[in-house]
Amino acid sequence: MNTLGQIFVIAVSAIFIQNFVLSRFLGLCPYLGVSKKMDSAFGMGMAVIFVMTMASAITFLVYKYLLVPYNIEYLRTLAFILTIAALVQFVEMVIQKNAPALYKSLGVFLPLITTNCAVLGVAILNVTPLADGSSYNFLLAVLNGFFSGVGFTFVLLAMAGLRMRLELVDLPESMKGMPISLILAGIMALAFYGFMGLKI
Amino acid sequence: MNFAKEFAKGIIKENPIFVLVLGMCPTLAVSTSVNNAVGMGAAATFVLLCSNIIISLIKGITPDKIRIPVYIVVIASFVTIVDMVMAAFVPDLHKSLGLFIPLIVVNCIILGRAEAFASKNNVLNSMADGIGMGLGFTLALMVVASFREILGNGTWYGLRIMPASYNPMLMAILAPGAFITLGLLMALMNLLKERKQ
Repeated sequence: MNTLGQIFVIAVSAIFIQNFVLSRFLGLCPYLGVSKKMDSAFGMGMAVIFVMTMASAITFLVYKYLLVPYNIEYLRTLAFILTIAALVQFVEMVIQKNAPALYKSLGVFLPLITTNCAVLGVAILNVTPLADGSSYNFLLAVLNGFFSGVGFTFVLLAMAGLRMRLELVDLPESMKGMPISLILAGIMALAFYGFMGLKI
Repeated sequence: MNFAKEFAKGIIKENPIFVLVLGMCPTLAVSTSVNNAVGMGAAATFVLLCSNIIISLIKGITPDKIRIPVYIVVIASFVTIVDMVMAAFVPDLHKSLGLFIPLIVVNCIILGRAEAFASKNNVLNSMADGIGMGLGFTLALMVVASFREILGNGTWYGLRIMPASYNPMLMAILAPGAFITLGLLMALMNLLKERKQ
């Protein structure tokens, strides 16, 4: 398969078929926590796309040039989480210094991202061999991070839109809040199951 | 504040999943069967107990500014141990839990307890808190997994309990079923709480 085809496959499968939130169950805390308002959902989504892309690139290099040569692959969890925590801190400082306006809209979400399992999840998935035994190269790993972030943002925004309408609905007291959000997420996941039929 | 009280609160009153709503990702992902739920619960309880002990021991010498990275390193070390032990002794379970074992590192319950409890209390109470919270997490996982396994597969812990003519509701063990089951269980808990008042 040529590279362009591979990129297309990664994009479609990361956004629709193997959506991080709805089919892999990663990043549920922000998905349920920050989806109450459209603009905060958008801010969170942008911050996640950015951090996931950067984290994919850096953790891939750390794994390939630091862990593999010394045969310490088993330390990947420790190495990755530290890399991600440092990266988030660094990104926060750079944005604060150079783009104060952007910092104001993304700032509150950045510290939350360290404990977003989608970021560590994509880093680990990038270095895990695929089902057919092959593994990602640097470019594909970075793109996988980027498109997974896009997939996350996509369902986060959809959820925020739905929940804003939900505010106006008359619900039984016991269903309000978390229960109805989870059921809504279930129905969305059901809809996304339709994409499983895509043959690519 | 005594040992028994710290232990008991995690199971019902401050149940990490149903009351505190922490650690949703593993809850939804590994509750496809009771076997997976028990494995995940045991792994998380071990990490929670060990990290609570260590963090409680070092609370006096950890500088306040870098406490979160210190906690993460402690937690990640124990997760790595669990990961390797499970890969060696229960390879099947390790394979079916997959990605979610390394992801115990970012489980909000563990960092949450480190920050909210172990960093402020003595070792004995932190141990009780760790075991109680771990057990509460395991039990909640088992409840969700029981519903999903019985509906979706007709079995409980691998034992067939539905009659052979039962047509399994496959959706319950797929991703959508996870969300809907947990949503309905939470609504039920809220309803029971309302009735009580």
